[in-house]
Amino acid sequence: MESDALGWWGVPLAVIAGAIRVSTPFFFVSLGECVTERSGRINLGLEGTLVMGAMSGYGTACLSGSPWLGILAAGCAGGLFGILHALLCSLPRVNDIALGIALMLFGTGLAFFLGKPFIQPKAPGLPSIDLGWWSSLPQVRSALEVNVLFLAGIAAAPLLAWGFRNSRWGMIVRMVGDSSDAARAMGYSPDRVRLLATAFGGFMAGVGGSFLSLYYPGAWSESLSSGQGITAVALVIFARWNPLGCFWASLLFGGAGALGPALQSVGVTEGYYLFNAAPYMLTLLILILSSSSRRRLAGAPAELSVTR
Amino acid sequence: MSHDFQLSRRSLLMGMVAGSAGMLAQSVPFGRALAASGLTVGFIYVGPRDDYGYNQAHAQGAAALKSLPGIKVTEEENVAETIAVEKTMESMINLDGAKLIFPTSFGYFDPFVLKMARKYPDVTFMHCGGLWKPGLPANAHSYFGYIDEAEYLSGIVAAHVSKKKKLGFVAAKPIPQVLRNINSFTLGARSVDPAITTQVIFTGDWSLPVKEAEATNSLADQGVDVFTCHVDSPKVVIETAEHRGAFTCGYHASQATLAPKGYLTGAEWNWEKVYAGFIADILAGKTLPGLIRGGLKEGTVRTSPYGAAVPAAARSQADAVKAKFEPGDFVIYKGPIKDNKGQTVIAGGVSQGQTDIALESMNYLVEGVVGSVA
Repeated sequence: MESDALGWWGVPLAVIAGAIRVSTPFFFVSLGECVTERSGRINLGLEGTLVMGAMSGYGTACLSGSPWLGILAAGCAGGLFGILHALLCSLPRVNDIALGIALMLFGTGLAFFLGKPFIQPKAPGLPSIDLGWWSSLPQVRSALEVNVLFLAGIAAAPLLAWGFRNSRWGMIVRMVGDSSDAARAMGYSPDRVRLLATAFGGFMAGVGGSFLSLYYPGAWSESLSSGQGITAVALVIFARWNPLGCFWASLLFGGAGALGPALQSVGVTEGYYLFNAAPYMLTLLILILSSSSRRRLAGAPAELSVTR
Repeated sequence: MSHDFQLSRRSLLMGMVAGSAGMLAQSVPFGRALAASGLTVGFIYVGPRDDYGYNQAHAQGAAALKSLPGIKVTEEENVAETIAVEKTMESMINLDGAKLIFPTSFGYFDPFVLKMARKYPDVTFMHCGGLWKPGLPANAHSYFGYIDEAEYLSGIVAAHVSKKKKLGFVAAKPIPQVLRNINSFTLGARSVDPAITTQVIFTGDWSLPVKEAEATNSLADQGVDVFTCHVDSPKVVIETAEHRGAFTCGYHASQATLAPKGYLTGAEWNWEKVYAGFIADILAGKTLPGLIRGGLKEGTVRTSPYGAAVPAAARSQADAVKAKFEPGDFVIYKGPIKDNKGQTVIAGGVSQGQTDIALESMNYLVEGVVGSVA
């Protein structure tokens, strides 16, 4: 091995770097969905919201020249999808899961339709912050090029965790999620709280989508999301509805996704389909190990239709 | 009311009979009739037609036909390699009146194109990438190009530019067309410097942007300094490599605008020329063969113009080999060639020319490639 190649050290580095690069969309979608599910509703449509956010963020950045406006537009588009989901769900006998699947298909289709003119043009990308200035290794420097959205997510996770425990609105969301009867008795409208919580979830998913199109991989294309949105919804369950858990789960998932390419790059070339499946096998394994047939999942909001 | 409806249906049926009789009459002198009445050509793409890649190369070919007199082009993109393509072909034939159809994706051929070709014997199907064999319908032609000739030239240029002697190849799936490109790229590079290696990463599918970016970054971390790829849209690989300060060789179409600093050259399809040639032959009433292949000699493929980073030595060596490809004299697969497990795959003294059909079922990676097919 030459001095400038990392060899086997490249694998842990690539996993860490991959965790930082790939995890951000998972992170944003799962944080948003965490709030939505804590309010007692599950929004499976976030895959469509993510793709819609990626498209509208890229399109806005293309037209306006500002990636920040792009993020805002992505968040707003996502928020609108969240509001749509919440409004339809507040109608009697509407199933939130079925509606979520419908909105997932709708969001993806609408994004493909509106996104046609933006496949080719180049939008200005989001800037990154160089946290690797102390290292002389270009690999480490590149791995530690951190995007501002990633840092914003790191700040948001403990804030949300604190908010759920200590703030007034956090307790209202939790109460609505655990017992809508109690909330009604206290004078809060469960539908209104869920509307805000789902809109917030949609906003976060839209921002997560704009990360895909504006930073990494950094272009709008129709195959941009390979199921990140729907995976993030699963990550919330995996993280036991805990914002800090969402952070670790996203990092784990991002890192596991980087394992396949990293192993191939150091010459472990056999069985790459297996390594590429690592994130999914990991999820299955953890879910099996942590599940029980005798009790409900710890931390699950009681009003959630999947756990009720 | 019902009386009106019956009348209109009857007249519609009569119109259809008259129309098909007219078409029958026309189809006898096929080429001449088409020239007189205009020819509708249908193009079917598996992805978006502005993807900087495979589909864009075909769409550029289709765009070149639009300017020809008497030719009407109808296109549909994002058509999956499923029964969906049958429906698209049916609607192009029955609603748009297409007499010539280009289903441009590999997976369309068997069984969808073959089925349609049997059902509509007066429609000509030109399928890209398939392997037509005697016994299959004569109106289901398959064409493809020896783009690995251009890959070989890219390999020569890459070898001159690489300082670390490590090239990177981000590939979708280990199928013969992809393996042939990896091998030709590597053989071209090793003709310059036998110490060069090509590191391959298979992502597992034709379009996985996040995984392609990850693959490019992992290779860059391992010291790879020249990249190329075989995925549907090379955009992500080229942009990520440019961001890492590495050099790139393009594929399918030119990605020079995506990497102004690092773009060296690339292997491009030249469907503009090929498609115009097909149309000219059809209008002249010539019968096209079932299996159509071509390389640099026929102008089916071409190389991107050299980027600023390509040194003079690389240009002159690549141009010299290209000059041998053009009359069809150069053989890439000249034995002895070993695979990367040390076994001889082409014995000494054996040379497999470009038209050798054995190359279309390639299942090995040559010596110097770091990677495996399974």
